[in-house]
Amino acid sequence: MAATDTATTPQRVARKFDLMVWGPVLALAALIVVGALMNPNFLGYANITNVLARSAFIGIIAVGMTFVIASGGLDLSVGSMAAFVAGLMILVMNAALPTLGVGIPVILLGMLTAIVAGVIAGFINGVLITKLGIEAFIVTLGSMGIYRSLVTWLADGGTLSLDFSLRTLYRPVYYDGILGIAWPIIVFAVVAIIGEIAMRRSRFGRYCAAIGSNNEVARYSSVSVDRVRMATYVILGLLVGLATIMYVPRLGSASASTGVLWELEAIAAVIIGGTVLKGGFGRVWGTVIGVIILSLIGNILNLTDAVSPYLNGAIQGVIIILAVILQRDKKTRT
Amino acid sequence: MNDPILSLTDVRRSFGEVEVLHGISLELRAGEVHALIGENGAGKSTAMKILCGYLSATSGVVSFKGQAHPFKDANEAEAKGVVMIHQEFNLADMLSVEENIFLGRELRRGILLDKKAMQAKTRVLLDQLNCSAPATARIDTLSNSDKQMVEIAKALSRHAKVLVMDEPTAVLTKTETAVLFEQVEALRAEGAAILFTSHKLDEVRQIADRVTIMRDGDVVHQGPTADMSEDQMAEAMVGRDVSQLYPPKGSVPQDADVVLKVKNLTVPGYSTDISFDLHAGEILGVSGMIGSGRTETMEGLCGLRRATATQVQINGVDVRITAPKQALGYGLCYLTEDRKGRGLLLDKSMRENLTLQALDTFGSILIDRAAEEAALATATKDFDIRASHKDVKVGNMSGGNQQKLLVAKTMLSAPQIVIIDEPTRGIDIGTKQQIYEFIRGLANSGKSVIVISSEMQEIIGLTDRVIVMRAGRIAGMLSGHDIAEEPIVRLAMGMAAQTELKTKEPV
Repeated sequence: MAATDTATTPQRVARKFDLMVWGPVLALAALIVVGALMNPNFLGYANITNVLARSAFIGIIAVGMTFVIASGGLDLSVGSMAAFVAGLMILVMNAALPTLGVGIPVILLGMLTAIVAGVIAGFINGVLITKLGIEAFIVTLGSMGIYRSLVTWLADGGTLSLDFSLRTLYRPVYYDGILGIAWPIIVFAVVAIIGEIAMRRSRFGRYCAAIGSNNEVARYSSVSVDRVRMATYVILGLLVGLATIMYVPRLGSASASTGVLWELEAIAAVIIGGTVLKGGFGRVWGTVIGVIILSLIGNILNLTDAVSPYLNGAIQGVIIILAVILQRDKKTRT
Repeated sequence: MNDPILSLTDVRRSFGEVEVLHGISLELRAGEVHALIGENGAGKSTAMKILCGYLSATSGVVSFKGQAHPFKDANEAEAKGVVMIHQEFNLADMLSVEENIFLGRELRRGILLDKKAMQAKTRVLLDQLNCSAPATARIDTLSNSDKQMVEIAKALSRHAKVLVMDEPTAVLTKTETAVLFEQVEALRAEGAAILFTSHKLDEVRQIADRVTIMRDGDVVHQGPTADMSEDQMAEAMVGRDVSQLYPPKGSVPQDADVVLKVKNLTVPGYSTDISFDLHAGEILGVSGMIGSGRTETMEGLCGLRRATATQVQINGVDVRITAPKQALGYGLCYLTEDRKGRGLLLDKSMRENLTLQALDTFGSILIDRAAEEAALATATKDFDIRASHKDVKVGNMSGGNQQKLLVAKTMLSAPQIVIIDEPTRGIDIGTKQQIYEFIRGLANSGKSVIVISSEMQEIIGLTDRVIVMRAGRIAGMLSGHDIAEEPIVRLAMGMAAQTELKTKEPV
């Protein structure tokens, strides 16, 4: 348009306070205030550590999910994948125990198994989606069922338990930390920071947003679309492996009910954080806030008697829908 | 002179703080075809949307049959017989032609839909428009020109009293345009008022009774079309002399290096055995009807489609290109004709669009934002890209500025050979001139350009050599003074280029 300079000022001002950007932060702040008022222990070290360490699994996965969703994809299989990887990890470690003995090598072997299995699982999803061109929803709905069923089969319908001697050795990976910060929280923080930088400042992040925004434009702009989309699923698989490494020492077991609904919690956290479900825009720090919001709700309900903890899911549901309404409002305004 | 049926009086419209219409007046009369012309961003689309109830005026009066503020929204306008055909089609892609035409007012028999009657009526409407698309075909299987015809059929079926068309001929071939104009004349004879925009001034001269010329949100001229020549119209639109639309042609020496040699390129389903050479400093035109395989051939060459060839040589080295990234590595780049669907990310800013293709050159591990901003500043200056501010979403920019951004984006990866598909589709004459000058400058600097175009004048005015395609094959090659309308049309129609028989171009 020809009328130029006058436009600059008002649109800048209008952007100063954007509910879409600050909404999740405000929601988190509100939850913290509510929690602190309702129970004095809420802000205590023990409770905060507990909440953050528990949300680390979903959080690590949700960071990867942010890239998948930003590039226009979806992965429903992560919860079952985590259960399957956990089962596999336990089986491998138990099997290697007689030869390797109780020691660090067995743990490292288990960790390697988890990472490799996660990467392979992500790769399979990626190949089916990009090379064969099947909808991500359908591919991952299928693999979700497959992994869930595989872990049930491996456990023969029961529970796969890590050998007791190994469990003692492995426990600190979940329960210990440095400077009073638990390992899962540290790993989550590192993943989140790398993810945030990658989304904002790396070519990979930019390409993800471009592909999610318009796949064809990216292709015509010489972006290796398939490779980038494939990478999002492989990275997500890798992060599922990483999350499993942090998860197994907590209980030392895996069963058919491990990781149930993790995929939906991860997707919900991504959406609450302001990433657009149909792709084109991703915000990793938003995802982190989304994860914390979701686990704080459960935590607050557990700490107070005001509302039944059984309503946890209902409240999470309301928050998810609210987040999407905020997103849509922004669309219609511009 | 009869009273206007639909009019704007001193209408202003602002978006935020920016006023884009500065008090314009416009009168549409029954039985009259009115052309609205002006550069991209002059405010034509806004004016049309206000006429048809899609936008409200910030101040001023819209009146319909003497009644002020007649429509509260576009649905009411349409119910009263004011129908607008948008530049971007307003059709449901997954529904059939018939379902689209009767959408919202389906014919019924009892409680069930009367498919048969609707299909029959659709057939009649499409036959009137010489459109062969089946009534049961899904919209997304149709070509752009067929979609346009479906839009027009839809408007016809609503017995529009006022028909407003935003660049109806932009995607039509000459023959299809002629069919459309027959319908426009029939509607005019029935007493409908018609308003249309076009960047093709010869069409304006041909069909419009009156013309309104806009520039920067003002009406700068209004009057009978007969009083103005095309040059005068162009000058009024741009505000400067544009009779020199095309820059002078360069002279490509006979022994210029062959930078691109293509032998027997075949794109399955679209083109067969395409062979040509491209020289350094040359602008090679590719002409032919829409659907003759021009675009697909070049997409195949650049790795955007599956293609085979006995030989593709760039700078004397044999290459095999299977992905656009490889093509770019050889300095070969294709600039799409579909700037909204394939060229630009409409919901992103100019910066993200500009650097998308050449992102590898911005920073090592992390993207160098400062370098990106600098590149944007350079590009907006070099290519004269005008935007309300630099963070504006590209989708909100005018077509001409989008096209300039797309060219800037392509040039940022410094290709040696550029294939530009429809370089000036849907953009105004002032911007066209800038783009032509840029393309010629590129050739003069030793780069090579292939221009695919449906606009005959563009091919004739701009290119050094022309390949004419027909039904997926090269029908002939013309160069120098042989590049003229008649031989191109003859080749495109499947006749020999030279003949003593002066057949008139089929319209």
